[in-house]
Amino acid sequence: MRVGLFITCLVDVMRPEIAEATVRLLESAGCAVEVPMAQTCCGQPGYNSGDTAAASDLARKFLMEFEGFDYVVVPSGSCGGMVRQHYPALFADDPDLRTRIDALAQKTFELTAFLHDVIGLAALPGNFAGEVTYHDSCSGLRELGVQAQPRALLALNPSIRLTEMKEARACCGFGGTFAIKYGDISSAIVDEKIGHIHASGAPCVVLGDLGCMLNIEGRLRRTGDNTTRVLHIAQVLAGTAADAPLPSATQEAR
Amino acid sequence: MQVQSMHFKARSGQKLADVRLQQNLKVLSQRWTVGRTNAIAELDDFEATRDEAVERRNRALANLDVWLERFEAQATARGATVLWAETPEDASKLVVEIARRHEVAKVTKSKSMVSEEMALNRHLEAAGVKVVETDLGEYILQINDNEPPSHIVAPVVHKSKDEVSDLFARVHKRPRLTDIPQMTREAREFLRPQFLSSDMGVSGGNFLIAETGSVAVFTNEGNEGMCTVLPPKVHVVVTGIEKVIPALEDLATMARLLPRSATGQSISNYFSILTGPRAPGEQDGPEHMYFVLVDGGRSGLLGGEFQDMLRCIRCGACMNHCPVYQKIGGHTYGWVYPGPMGSVLTPSYVGLEKTLDLPQAATLCGECHVVCPMKIPLPDLLRKLRERQFERGLRPWRERLGMAAWAFAARRPAIYRPLARIGARVLGWMGGDAHRISSLPGGSGWSLYRDMPSPSGPTFKERWAKQGRRTTPR
Repeated sequence: MRVGLFITCLVDVMRPEIAEATVRLLESAGCAVEVPMAQTCCGQPGYNSGDTAAASDLARKFLMEFEGFDYVVVPSGSCGGMVRQHYPALFADDPDLRTRIDALAQKTFELTAFLHDVIGLAALPGNFAGEVTYHDSCSGLRELGVQAQPRALLALNPSIRLTEMKEARACCGFGGTFAIKYGDISSAIVDEKIGHIHASGAPCVVLGDLGCMLNIEGRLRRTGDNTTRVLHIAQVLAGTAADAPLPSATQEAR
Repeated sequence: MQVQSMHFKARSGQKLADVRLQQNLKVLSQRWTVGRTNAIAELDDFEATRDEAVERRNRALANLDVWLERFEAQATARGATVLWAETPEDASKLVVEIARRHEVAKVTKSKSMVSEEMALNRHLEAAGVKVVETDLGEYILQINDNEPPSHIVAPVVHKSKDEVSDLFARVHKRPRLTDIPQMTREAREFLRPQFLSSDMGVSGGNFLIAETGSVAVFTNEGNEGMCTVLPPKVHVVVTGIEKVIPALEDLATMARLLPRSATGQSISNYFSILTGPRAPGEQDGPEHMYFVLVDGGRSGLLGGEFQDMLRCIRCGACMNHCPVYQKIGGHTYGWVYPGPMGSVLTPSYVGLEKTLDLPQAATLCGECHVVCPMKIPLPDLLRKLRERQFERGLRPWRERLGMAAWAFAARRPAIYRPLARIGARVLGWMGGDAHRISSLPGGSGWSLYRDMPSPSGPTFKERWAKQGRRTTPR
């Protein structure tokens, strides 16, 4: 099975180890992973800022680079949502391209949805031990219905204890350029999320999107929490992140 | 109502710093979201009911002119007068004329958001008519120097009980009460004589029923009945033209969704269907009944990208569940309708230029779409408004420049890749040993409030190429 990896622009620059963990997971599942090197961005920043011309161009570019694969896998719910939900809307008036875009959308998957729903992954390639809590990223959750999959995959590893936080489904306040344009509102929203993370007692929050990751981690560190870890689900499933510290140790540190 | 949406940023800052408001909003959002969840669980099949409601509303909107004419004919046949207003100002003028014709000195009002669009109280008072708001929330706002509502269902939700206790003691000149039933009783004592001496009642309308020429009103306090049926000679219904539904059967579906989505109730405490003035031999009802039906920008949405918005039944679920509304409250949005539905309606009704922040001040988290009983794709509509802002060059030059640079590079891998490589290094250097950047040049909106975690090393593409892994060059 030939799988094209869409790295996403944020993972490529900010957290390349997440893409490496993704590759490890895909290869352990028997996929032949290829990385089209001309890939850049899915176009979501333009799409959400009203620049549909740029978004359409990047959708076309994505199509050229990825339509030859059996599957396309993205370690991000929001980029996955862009391809699956929004690309088709961009080509509503172009039937030929629309057919190809629809086919592309149908074989493009957010990482955990792919591993769980398509592959039916039964064992994880690496180890990770400790207590974690899971934040549902908005686009993955509401555009792609990713909710049960990451939890089912975490449950494959008996050394991971998942403690749900309250309001796990609530937005972290990132919202793309919203986080910069309305930084004060955004940080008030992420403070709610951080309150729930702390209340869960877990020393580690796991999630599936870089936007939420940078927002939550950035706010945690700014407010003096240097111990709560923020990990991408790929790192935890692939066992490429060091184990979560024991809860008691973090509480002392806090 | 005067548009204040251009002050969004300044106002949101004030609201975020208002400790008491933050507490009030937190209590409210908890109560509303839990209430709705429990109430929709009572329905055998919420999703099927919702689909049916959407279809019924779409059917009504597809032939809106036909149903409005049908409504007019039926209402007229039952003795009511139907008047049409193109703008909210026109609507206010019509209501003032009605008041003059019937020599009205005092109007009692039941809650109506359309009357807020019309600034009706101001127009009536300018014509020498005394106006008394009788919905408890609206009454509180009126006696607090005509403060605007901050929520379409619970207009005074931004206030705590303590604040209302202080206000009542000051305005009513009675000992300060802290027990809510006692406070309500006190308000009732002040309102009862107003109902009895009122000449004209003004109400809103949740739905207009074309089949019977009736208006349906959902309330919780019973004040609507006191305004419309009890003593007044005249009842005026003011509402938007999009509120018409073909038949009573449609109303049954709406009635299952509206209170549940709004307040988490299976049904509101009071539910009236009012048809025509008092007929000979009838015991109650007004002598004269008028409908003032307001366009106010609604017909402009018909047949276009924003038509879905006209399905809105004003339940407020979108704002109750909105992470942004929950932090800044309704006043920040600067006009009649706050939250996600307001951020679509306000630019549509009063103009995109005056409301530049509204489509942008959303995380597009999608929860409003999930909870909307009418399945209005609010995030998509906000995005479409952003497209219009972009097309018309209404965004600040720095943002446009930034987007243009991003779009230029993202289309060109030969430029993008070295930029990503350099970016990872520069950001990594800025992050230093702590791996975090505390001040981002040009990105202070981020770094005033958060650190930016810095890149963990060379880009993934560099690593991949170095490992000699399989690539797909194209």
